[in-house]
Amino acid sequence: MVPELGHLSLAFAGTLSLAACLTGFVGARLDHRQLQGSTVSLTVGQFVFALLAFASLVWSFVSDDFSVAYVADHSNTILPWHFKASAAWGGHEGSFLLWILFMSTWMVVLASRRKHYPASLFSNVMAVMSLLNLGFICFALFTSNPFERLIPLTPADGGDLNPQLQDFGFIVHPPLLYLGYVGLSVPFAFAIAAMLEKKVDAAWARWSRTWANMAWAFLTVGIALGSWWAYYELGWGGWWFWDPVENASFMPWLAATALIHSLAVTEKRGTFRSWTLLLAITAFSLSLLGAFIVRSGVLTSVHAFAVDPERGSYILVFLALVVGGSLTLYAMRATNQWVDVTFSVLSREFFILINNLILVVALAAVMWGTLAPIGYEATTGEHYSIGKPFFDLFFVPLMMTLAVALALVPVLNWKKTRRHNLQPVATWLAGAAFVIGLGSWFIVDAMMVSVAAAIALALWVILGHLYDVARRLNKKASMPRAYIGMTVAHMGFAISLMGVAVTATLSTEEDVRMAPQETRTLGYAEVTFLGVIPVEGPNYTAQEGIFVISTDGTSTFELRPQKRRYASGNVMTEASINPGLLSDTYISLGEPLEGGAWAVRLHFKPLVRWVWLGALLMALGGGFATLDRRYRRLREREQVNNAAKDKSLEGSSLGSSGAEATS
Amino acid sequence: MNRKRKSRLYLALFLVVAVGGTTAALMLALDENINMFYAPDAVASGEAPTGRVIRAGGMVEEGSVVRASDSLDVSFVLSDRAGSQFSVSYAGILPDLFREGQGIIVEGQLTADGIFAAHEVLAKHDENYMSPELLEMADESGQDRQREINFGS
Repeated sequence: MVPELGHLSLAFAGTLSLAACLTGFVGARLDHRQLQGSTVSLTVGQFVFALLAFASLVWSFVSDDFSVAYVADHSNTILPWHFKASAAWGGHEGSFLLWILFMSTWMVVLASRRKHYPASLFSNVMAVMSLLNLGFICFALFTSNPFERLIPLTPADGGDLNPQLQDFGFIVHPPLLYLGYVGLSVPFAFAIAAMLEKKVDAAWARWSRTWANMAWAFLTVGIALGSWWAYYELGWGGWWFWDPVENASFMPWLAATALIHSLAVTEKRGTFRSWTLLLAITAFSLSLLGAFIVRSGVLTSVHAFAVDPERGSYILVFLALVVGGSLTLYAMRATNQWVDVTFSVLSREFFILINNLILVVALAAVMWGTLAPIGYEATTGEHYSIGKPFFDLFFVPLMMTLAVALALVPVLNWKKTRRHNLQPVATWLAGAAFVIGLGSWFIVDAMMVSVAAAIALALWVILGHLYDVARRLNKKASMPRAYIGMTVAHMGFAISLMGVAVTATLSTEEDVRMAPQETRTLGYAEVTFLGVIPVEGPNYTAQEGIFVISTDGTSTFELRPQKRRYASGNVMTEASINPGLLSDTYISLGEPLEGGAWAVRLHFKPLVRWVWLGALLMALGGGFATLDRRYRRLREREQVNNAAKDKSLEGSSLGSSGAEATS
Repeated sequence: MNRKRKSRLYLALFLVVAVGGTTAALMLALDENINMFYAPDAVASGEAPTGRVIRAGGMVEEGSVVRASDSLDVSFVLSDRAGSQFSVSYAGILPDLFREGQGIIVEGQLTADGIFAAHEVLAKHDENYMSPELLEMADESGQDRQREINFGS
């Protein structure tokens, strides 16, 4: 009964999205108030029914309704309740339903703020989003229905949720990632609506910016959580594998990062318009491509696509329509948007251009590295894989160059900057960063020059931003939230950069054979293996190794990694980690060897937490920037003023100091 | 040429150089960093190159896994069940789902004496998953297809 209710709700949501799409487009075209109003009601309806559908699925999981095929495949009676609930997004069908729920959620949140936008533009935005939602709902209904029943062959108990997914990280990672993916549809819809209205201007950029920042922040947290989850749950201490599934989330992130910066230029200076439009389209298309890559099975094999072509073809056609349609519109409407605004090399505009260029090149590299093997297999039938060295080759120099650009940003003005403004940052701050980098290279034997350079650059970025904060405090200059957001996010980038550089090169990783009572040296610590004891979990049995780690005799702690065997037969390595701001000690059990000995992996990972800490700061900064007061004030003013007038107002208020926030 | 045209020209040149440079770098990087996949018959017949990183795969031959008693050195034989086989040497921890009789992939270099020195051993992600290369091989040698392909999230 409940699954049918869910199925029906999903169908209702689909019908309402079709209706909202029609009323939205027609309402915008005829400027018909009632139609525009009903679009909003229909949007609320979509959300309510999507929520009902998702709740039905969760209910089916929690109540162990194994007559539902999807539940039977991903859950069983002995699974703890919170994993039963999160198993709802443990597989393809359910995670797509979550995607639809989030799509409807963004729409409802957007609808609650409709008064801030011109009625017809907003109506178009809603229509575009409803059309996308219709596409997603049809995909769920016709190719991957989570409510399909197994009647009369109902199993008595279900299979199992993949043990790696029975974890806190998995409860939070997919929802946040999806919020980001789907959130990118908002700037996309704004871009389409603006092109339909032929009004791609600074006001449009200001409206999209809040949403783009928010979606980007969710995407950032989602990716960081995924990396953290892989680190502790896969059991082998890696935090980024350049795996196609990871790349699928990284590509839209790179595009979205370029977008939020380009939007800043469009909002402040009215230029880069076509480019910003293109980035908005690209960012969302890449999140669809991500869905396609992960969901269609082409990753497993191009042949898998041929075996089960339904889902893959649907997403491929959908993708082609979205990309093709939006690019056609872009070709028709964007070309005459060229505005000539001059700016010198020492200006924010130029540095954001550099930022965009670097991010786009990085994006091209990731895309190539992800899609080339698929294309090669499809054309020749042979296989190859592209490994870490390929990506490192691009990302090491690119991210360092990005850091150089970033360090100068706080003291750069729009349009042009006088050289003496740059002096403190370019001279003594750069010098200080250089000296510390050199010093770290001197002290740590194993450190490579490139790592020391990364540390110096990251410090330079941090010092540059702190210097500007100090300067503003000193002058009692204003610090809008957007400025604080930018500063926090940029420092987050620097912290991530340091974390990545250090942990990727200076970690100690040893696979050793350890007999009970044996002691090994790991970094600065002594690790003693005491033995293995059996442990019972709710749905698994495990062997638990006991390790005592002592550092210089001053502090000792215990780590207890496990080798788990789940009731379903899956075996899993559960690492035990002593986390720290400066370093992690990480131990996992390999396999039992003769005479009570075990194969053991010992890790000492300096600054690994900084990778995620930095990402969290980036997201925090992005989120904080959306709270900026000027959005609220200006949005209301914009209802009356036209954009051109507003722009000239702003140009004069920038003044000589001019260091306004970018983020 | 007026100033605006000139600045546009510079921008265009800049873009051409950037795009060209990126493409060239991609091609070069790709050439050096792709790891081709070889089936056991290609490795056994000497078709696979020695001295560069490649991938190979096959079924772990029953009874072929030998662990050293004092280190983590291990050796085993991979075969395609059609008669071709080669030996692999590896030092380290084997994945949880490494078992005799099962399909795995190794990454490493083929030495001159025909032994595959692996630096990485990859097994199935979970009980239902089998890598595409091996799936294909299993198909060719008339094995049953493993259960449906796992759509990870």
